[in-house]
Amino acid sequence: MHIVLDDIHKRYGRVHANRGVSLEVRAGTIHGVLGENGAGKSTLMRILAGYTRPTSGRILLDGDEVRWRTPAEAVARGVGMLYQDPMDFLAMTALENYALGRPWVPARELRRDLEARAAELGFAVHPEMPLERLTVGERQQLELLRLLSLGVGVLILDEPTTGISGVQREILFAALRRLAEQGRSVLLVSHKLEDVEALCDEVTVLRQGAVAGRAERPFRTRELLEMMFGQPPAVPRRVAGAPGEPVLVFRDAWATGGRAGLRGCSTTIREGEVVGLAGVEGAGQNAFLRLAAGLNRPYRGGVEVCGAPAEGYRRLRQRGVAFLPSGRLEEGLVAGLSVLDHFALGRTRIPFLAPWRGAAERAEGAIRRYRIRGEPGTPVEALSGGNQQRVLLALLPERPRLLLLESPTRGLDLESAHWVWEQLLAHKARGTTIVFSSPELDEILMVAERVLVFHDGALVADVKAAETSVAELGSAIAGKTPPAPARTPSPEAVVEAP
Amino acid sequence: MRSRSFETLVAAGLVLIFTTAVLLLTGAPPLEAFSLLVRGSFGSVSKLARVLTVWVPLTLCACGLIYTFRIGLWNIGVEGQVILGAVGTTWALRAGAGHLPPGVLLALAMATGVLLGAGWSLAAGVLRTRGGVNEIFAGLGLNFVAQGVVLWLIFGPWKRPGVASMSGTVPFPPELWLPNFSWGRLSPVALGCAVGALVLTAWLLGRTRVGLFLRAVGGNPRAAHLLGLPPERYLLLAMVMAGGMAGLAGGIQVTAVYHRLIPAISSNYGYLALLVTMLAGFRLGPVAPIALFFAGLNVGSVQLPMALQLDSSLSGVIQGASVLAVLLAHGWGVHRARRQA
Repeated sequence: MHIVLDDIHKRYGRVHANRGVSLEVRAGTIHGVLGENGAGKSTLMRILAGYTRPTSGRILLDGDEVRWRTPAEAVARGVGMLYQDPMDFLAMTALENYALGRPWVPARELRRDLEARAAELGFAVHPEMPLERLTVGERQQLELLRLLSLGVGVLILDEPTTGISGVQREILFAALRRLAEQGRSVLLVSHKLEDVEALCDEVTVLRQGAVAGRAERPFRTRELLEMMFGQPPAVPRRVAGAPGEPVLVFRDAWATGGRAGLRGCSTTIREGEVVGLAGVEGAGQNAFLRLAAGLNRPYRGGVEVCGAPAEGYRRLRQRGVAFLPSGRLEEGLVAGLSVLDHFALGRTRIPFLAPWRGAAERAEGAIRRYRIRGEPGTPVEALSGGNQQRVLLALLPERPRLLLLESPTRGLDLESAHWVWEQLLAHKARGTTIVFSSPELDEILMVAERVLVFHDGALVADVKAAETSVAELGSAIAGKTPPAPARTPSPEAVVEAP
Repeated sequence: MRSRSFETLVAAGLVLIFTTAVLLLTGAPPLEAFSLLVRGSFGSVSKLARVLTVWVPLTLCACGLIYTFRIGLWNIGVEGQVILGAVGTTWALRAGAGHLPPGVLLALAMATGVLLGAGWSLAAGVLRTRGGVNEIFAGLGLNFVAQGVVLWLIFGPWKRPGVASMSGTVPFPPELWLPNFSWGRLSPVALGCAVGALVLTAWLLGRTRVGLFLRAVGGNPRAAHLLGLPPERYLLLAMVMAGGMAGLAGGIQVTAVYHRLIPAISSNYGYLALLVTMLAGFRLGPVAPIALFFAGLNVGSVQLPMALQLDSSLSGVIQGASVLAVLLAHGWGVHRARRQA
């Protein structure tokens, strides 16, 4: 289908999210929509998918102007969207989710249809499995199949590579190429250059709600970066320094949590180290971080932080341990409270009265420093995902001893991610230990000195970042090769094979 | 803000239409019924005093409920907390009569009521935080227990000499009554308590960290925990504040209104306060006027049976219809706003 977006404007109160965006997608092509966080990509795509209505502007499908009132109307006309956070029902099975939005079909027939479509695109489906037990990537595949079975000719994917493994990304991209060959139009929204470069025929770059430029394959990276940011971002430098006393010690720790839990983990992390935790989602990294933060207890073995057992999150917090959760609105921030409210919460030294004045200063300072698109009075749920992440980072204590970060740059564009790491690594110079998980191996290799790889709940590799590669880590993550030899900084650290 | 006043207007219209329809169906003249309601409640100073006597416990309970709603708790148990407050106050008065000067005893008795109401509420809170029992069910269960306790006391240990009756315990001597204004049967102390509760709540929720913390824990307990707050402690604090204020309302019913413990000591003001708070949109500002409106309806409807052979439950119909209409108008407003987004 041929799509034209003509002079789309969208205002949310005082926020002008789209400022006269025009875009054309030819049938059978994959079109990238590139831009940093808050550039207006998601808003634009939600307008095309009927999820939100434009303030002004036209949408043309094969030359006809369309006006959706609901996403269902858009799907009926062949426009379907895969949202950044999958919009599905976790308690229902894959097949039940697949059955949504269509007239009743006997379950057996529907199942055959699902399996046939999945086989065609090389997807693995588990029709009877409740969705909560599938990975984000599998849920995404299912939703894609569901949209295709509803006869969608235009597919919109909003940041589809966030939170999925490298293998799943390859499968997804192959499927998208095949769909484009069949004449469907694909719109790929991303802030990742490599996604766009790997897949797209054409790209439109958005900056601050307006079109900053267009390009066709072959792309020139530098040119795209300049369109996105004005100037290419600098890569943060790794700070060198000798590790000190043990800060975090795991002694054969077993715990639940995540998909695989944590199984018999032993390791020592020393003062001033920057350690990256790699693995597929739920392989043990987050269980590791939550044990270290005192949010969970091991059911076997022990965890020590700064020489004392890691018990009680609030006590550890007072000892200088800070934890950043990956679920922003789920665990990190309180929807309904403003940015300012969050800063007033954080300050607990003043005994009784709300520290509004100090909080206002801190909030304004953070908004300036972290370049948060919002005001102190903005409710956090009204901020874009990337800006919520910045608020969370700004709320971290100023002089932590141990920083435990779950996907700290999740949803941030390259420039912001680099900037955040500069701030975080500045702590290291003052002796802060940083342990973080990330789905991006490149990020881990860029900032970490040491990498712990988890597979199915077990710590399978413990290597120096300088002495390993994406390929080596990738195979350890997949659990297919024997674990890399341990090169740990202390004799206490033991590597457990699964 | 404009949309909210518009919603209120729509809701008021709906209530008027609905109530008129009900009156017409029963064959009563609507205009006369409405005018009776107004004259019956605000027609004279003594009637106003009676309205304010109802307004006091309603406002106290509604103030308390603001705390629990702010943290996302449905404190249905407020009814039982009123009852326990009354029981506590009665117990203290009985125990201390003759031993202590009346003024001191009255103060102590009210404090006992506050403590017992808060304790009863705390029980529901602990059941929730430690036992995982939903506070709605815990509160409802404790309401039945409280009602049972009152009946047992009136017909058992505290029964009148000779006959136990539904008319309650032996009245206290007048020196243990809260004094009234000269112009009507209304206690300035009770009025002061209600106004004090309004001021205290406005200050606590608006100026101190308590309001912010309650909102944070109510909005997202997990995030509040990660941000360094103890969610359980604040859940219990909200319950204690609500229970304490309800207990005070119960104590006032004993010392200022009935001067004894009666089976219907709470007069369902706890449940009515839930409606007041909902109608106020869980905000403190509108609580006082809405409680006044409800109190007026309650007092005004008393003479409906005599004058128009109407059942006095008309006030209940209007109160229920108000809440439904406001919820409807609000839902409609939200729906419209979403449409426009």
